[in-house]
Amino acid sequence: MDLTLVLTSVAILAGVGLVFGSLIAAANAKLKVWEDPRIEAVTEVLPGANCGACGYAGCRAFAEAAVKGVVAPAGCTVMGDADREEVASLLGVEAGAAVKRVARLLCAGGSDVAHRRAVYHGVGSCAAAVAVTGGGKACPWGCVGLADCAVACTFNAITMNAVDLPVVDPEKCTACGDCVDACPLDLFTIMPLDHKLIVQCKNLLEGEAAEQMCAVACTACGRCVQDAAPGLIAIKNGLAVIDYQKIHLANPAATARCPTGAIVWVEGAQFAGTRELVGSDVG
Amino acid sequence: MWRKLTFSHGVHPPEHKELTNQVPIRRMPFPDEIVLPVRQHAGRPAKPIVKPGDWVERGDKVAEADGFVSVPIHSSAAGRVVEVGWWPHPDGTMAEAIMIQVEKYSPQIPRPRQIPRWEGLSPQEVVSWVQKGGVVGLGGAAFPTHVKLLPPKEFPIQLLLVNGAECEPYLTTDHRTMVEFPHRVWFGVRIMMKALQVQRAVIGVEKNKPDAIEILSKTRPPDLNAEVIGLTVKYPQGAEKMLIKAVTGREVPSGKLPMHVGVVVQNVGTISCIAEIFETGLPLIERVVTVTGPGVRRPSNLIVPVGTKIRDVLEFCGGLTEDVTEVITGGPMMGGAQPNLDAPVTKGITGIVALTRKEARIRQVYPCIKCGHCLDACPMFLNPSLMGSLAQTARYQEMADRAHLWDCMLCGACSYVCPSNIPLSQMFALAKYQLSRLRKKEQAA
Repeated sequence: MDLTLVLTSVAILAGVGLVFGSLIAAANAKLKVWEDPRIEAVTEVLPGANCGACGYAGCRAFAEAAVKGVVAPAGCTVMGDADREEVASLLGVEAGAAVKRVARLLCAGGSDVAHRRAVYHGVGSCAAAVAVTGGGKACPWGCVGLADCAVACTFNAITMNAVDLPVVDPEKCTACGDCVDACPLDLFTIMPLDHKLIVQCKNLLEGEAAEQMCAVACTACGRCVQDAAPGLIAIKNGLAVIDYQKIHLANPAATARCPTGAIVWVEGAQFAGTRELVGSDVG
Repeated sequence: MWRKLTFSHGVHPPEHKELTNQVPIRRMPFPDEIVLPVRQHAGRPAKPIVKPGDWVERGDKVAEADGFVSVPIHSSAAGRVVEVGWWPHPDGTMAEAIMIQVEKYSPQIPRPRQIPRWEGLSPQEVVSWVQKGGVVGLGGAAFPTHVKLLPPKEFPIQLLLVNGAECEPYLTTDHRTMVEFPHRVWFGVRIMMKALQVQRAVIGVEKNKPDAIEILSKTRPPDLNAEVIGLTVKYPQGAEKMLIKAVTGREVPSGKLPMHVGVVVQNVGTISCIAEIFETGLPLIERVVTVTGPGVRRPSNLIVPVGTKIRDVLEFCGGLTEDVTEVITGGPMMGGAQPNLDAPVTKGITGIVALTRKEARIRQVYPCIKCGHCLDACPMFLNPSLMGSLAQTARYQEMADRAHLWDCMLCGACSYVCPSNIPLSQMFALAKYQLSRLRKKEQAA
């Protein structure tokens, strides 16, 4: 083969490379956008789950906001305390107080207490059951128990217990709200962990009719209203409704006389007692 | 006639109509209590206008229409309103309902009322009588009939198509209505032709009901430009779009309505109900229901007061046999399994089918083997196999964008033929449900 042909090809390619390389170098110098290096540094420290619990589109968007000073590092509920301090020191700000928020299920009707009217066979998803005739439980407002929320949870914070109720692990829960969207009956709500008084029922029936559907249904008897601080609890549409503006007045006394146990005082995870009970039964 | 009177694709499930197709329609006695859910029709629920303690006569209005796409509800028996509250609804939820304690010794004679003289009425007045009568489509969808009777001016209607196909297995309500009340059907056709101002009407009946075709042809009024057409027996021949294709050869475009091809389709039951309004002045307070299936001791065709509990209806038919595992309202192809027999018979319930362990056995679901049977079965020419795989990964929006999910009418033909027993039509129902939930959420936000 002709050696000159090889040499010309190499020369031409090198020349083209050189021309484009210098063009890129020139463009890089002229069109450069300066970015705060702290954004990159903060993004590195953030969990990278892009869960959206902070209200921003993802971890990078949160980092940008944090660098701008719009949001305190505590706005990210997913990362641990050490990481939060690190972000705070990177930005030279206070970490801020983090209110730990978790997802709570407003239904305690496990398969041991909720009356079953039928057996559901079909696509194994709560929404599919609700889209046809509503699953097997007598209470149409109650948890279907086919684990749409556990599937939706990015952080594996939701596990189904022995009575087919989803149990949220407060340690793992980041309050991202995926379970709120997944539940076809809107049974999940995001609330601060220190809001310990919860009505675990959404059944709109009153009295015996409600109790026939589920042993732990709110019967709207109003005893909790009398036992709690004035104005804290009210009966609305056959349900006890807690005014969380006045939650500082709450104490476990409100749950003492509840005939069904629909209103509960929760420390940590929900349904902790149920789990033990069923666990011991099953052996 | 060169063209075969049918549509492409579809399935041939066993009909099982022999249980009730020779059983005359009987009237069911009034139950002790009737329950009238305010949501018995497509559109906005009616608004109750009675309170506990009120006395109502048979045929009195108990809830009024809330807007245009809504109809009033009338009491189907004389008695006292005991409660307005939650009661199980046949769709599986709880719904607001009016409970009426039926007076035991009442003669159940309605109040004297004006019987409209149809000859002197304008089309608009006829339509308003239809709405006042609380008439909805009695074929199952329960869409308010008067809405269909007022098509926009830009779509002239040339043909009134009366749906007597009744393609669902087991059901014989329309069949018995046509055989026993042919004059009422023709009277209804006459009134509807006037309301719609159309020149031609066709009654489409599947050929498995030769007695109905014969008696309707024999009783046809000579001055009416109408005919009875026998259609090939195939499911879902009674679906609106399939019926139009079979009778006129026209295809309703995707996302369009029958009125876009100049046709209005009405069920035979609806037609005879409208005829009844103009015969007696009574609104829609009772309907023909087929109570059938291997699990019913005495399969029957009954005139049931709207609001009778399914349990009472079954009891009147001798009750259920011991091996019943599933009770379905509507036909077995499209109807819903009932989780609660206390739910009442609403205006849209065509039949109650009790299936035993043998018919309703639960089958193991296997993965899709891409055999394409569902594509051959789908009367809408969709791709259920593709939609099924999209649904399994929750790609619902893609199903709507790429696979014409909204053209699916959930007829169940794909689930019926699937050799892997994949519940395709439930997956599509789920997809539609999730998409409409998403849309509602976006609207709220």
